[in-house]
Amino acid sequence: MAHYDLHMPVSEADVRQLRINDTVTLHDTLFGIRDASYIALFDRQRTTRFDLNGHAVIHTAPNVKKVPVSPEYPAGYAAVCIGTTTSDRMERFTRQLMTQTGARFIIGKGGMRDGSLAAFRELGGAYLAIVGGTAALETTWIAQIEDVDLDDLNPESLWKFALREPAGFGPLLVAMDSNGGSLYDTVNASVADRRAAALASLGVSA
Amino acid sequence: MKLDMTAVEEAAKTLYIRALKSLPPDIKEGMTRLQARETDATAKSVLRTMVTNIAVAEQTDNLLCQDTGIPIYNVVIGSNVSFDGAALKAALVRGCTRATQEHPLRSSVVHPLTRKNEHTSGGIGVPVIHFEFDERAETVEIEMIPKGSGSENNSFLRMAIPAEGIDAIKRFVVDCVIAAGGKTCPPTIVGVGVGGTSDLCVHLAKRAATRPLGSTCGDADGAALEASLSKAVNLLGVGPQGLGGDATAFAVHVELAATHITMNPVAVNMQCHSARRARATFTPNGVAFGY
Repeated sequence: MAHYDLHMPVSEADVRQLRINDTVTLHDTLFGIRDASYIALFDRQRTTRFDLNGHAVIHTAPNVKKVPVSPEYPAGYAAVCIGTTTSDRMERFTRQLMTQTGARFIIGKGGMRDGSLAAFRELGGAYLAIVGGTAALETTWIAQIEDVDLDDLNPESLWKFALREPAGFGPLLVAMDSNGGSLYDTVNASVADRRAAALASLGVSA
Repeated sequence: MKLDMTAVEEAAKTLYIRALKSLPPDIKEGMTRLQARETDATAKSVLRTMVTNIAVAEQTDNLLCQDTGIPIYNVVIGSNVSFDGAALKAALVRGCTRATQEHPLRSSVVHPLTRKNEHTSGGIGVPVIHFEFDERAETVEIEMIPKGSGSENNSFLRMAIPAEGIDAIKRFVVDCVIAAGGKTCPPTIVGVGVGGTSDLCVHLAKRAATRPLGSTCGDADGAALEASLSKAVNLLGVGPQGLGGDATAFAVHVELAATHITMNPVAVNMQCHSARRARATFTPNGVAFGY
């Protein structure tokens, strides 16, 4: 279990060195994406002016406040509360995200499935688990909303966040790696094994 | 007591913001109990982060979670209270809209077909408002629940039959907790509805999931069932965030309703670890806020 501080964007080698149970802190830049922005990009073929190549995306739709554009608020938005949503809903988009934009990290909660794990293995990506429901803390890791695209989807716009340095964004847990490792697979197998014992405690047959 | 609709509107606004920022003491204590008995290293670290977040939210006056949820207002009207029902409903909706626009909060609510967001946290049938009446003294209680989607997307109904017995209920609850895994932001409160019609059964599951920790089912058999289910689901090892560990659920709560001779319905609705709720109590002396 090693800890890595990674500055965005990263190379394939940066990602390939990571193993499940390692921890990572990201620096400089992070992009926010989720249901509506995925659908817009990959089902409706809308394009973004953002370059996601080698970058990390977080499954989020923040609480924001509209403010006049200024050096502090270059996108005209102040961050109110930025947190993370359940990743499983976005499972079918992982491969397209990686092949069409070059993104290498997905940050989310609750884990993703086999299709994502295969994409991470073949294309060099990883899933970094954040603790869901801890948005007040996450918000302190973000310096500003640097830019926004597809903002007609607000709050499910495509967001570009500048991270608060030097601390960065993390630590995040490598929960799915590029070598086929998945903490969720390990836990799910163990839970399946324990099901019979849980039912037996209730006097019920499996 | 004549209910003042301006005060209700203000309370509806305050309750939404208050619920999003400050966890009830029973949930904080529940978190401490789970921390004390957790044995898994990753799970301990996850629980520690959750506890830190509660403190950061209070220190920075920020929302605990970015998911502002679907707003639910549960209103209980006591005796000797006079009010205009339609005006009461309208005041709650206005307060909810004002919380969203004046704080501001992310409106997490869209039209189900067009997916258009009105940026009011409202729309057809939302905020969800429930009215109940009881014989308690001259009070009106308004409970506000911002129901997050991570947990709400893990909602389940099974119309079991009498021949399957209580075993079907128990097996269903265990399998729902397994199916939800980390998606529902565990440790959760697992709400179980047993009996009623299909819609009542699901409603009971939601009431159970949002009941304070430490409360028990009013029916003795229901209370025994929730105690045994609480132990059973915590044998599964799903753990906080589905990353493994002992703390899968704070508790399983059961709510019951009588059902049909041919029916044996069971529903599961879950509440995430950020089990947010807030309460306003109106009396002839004014309004008091709590959980």
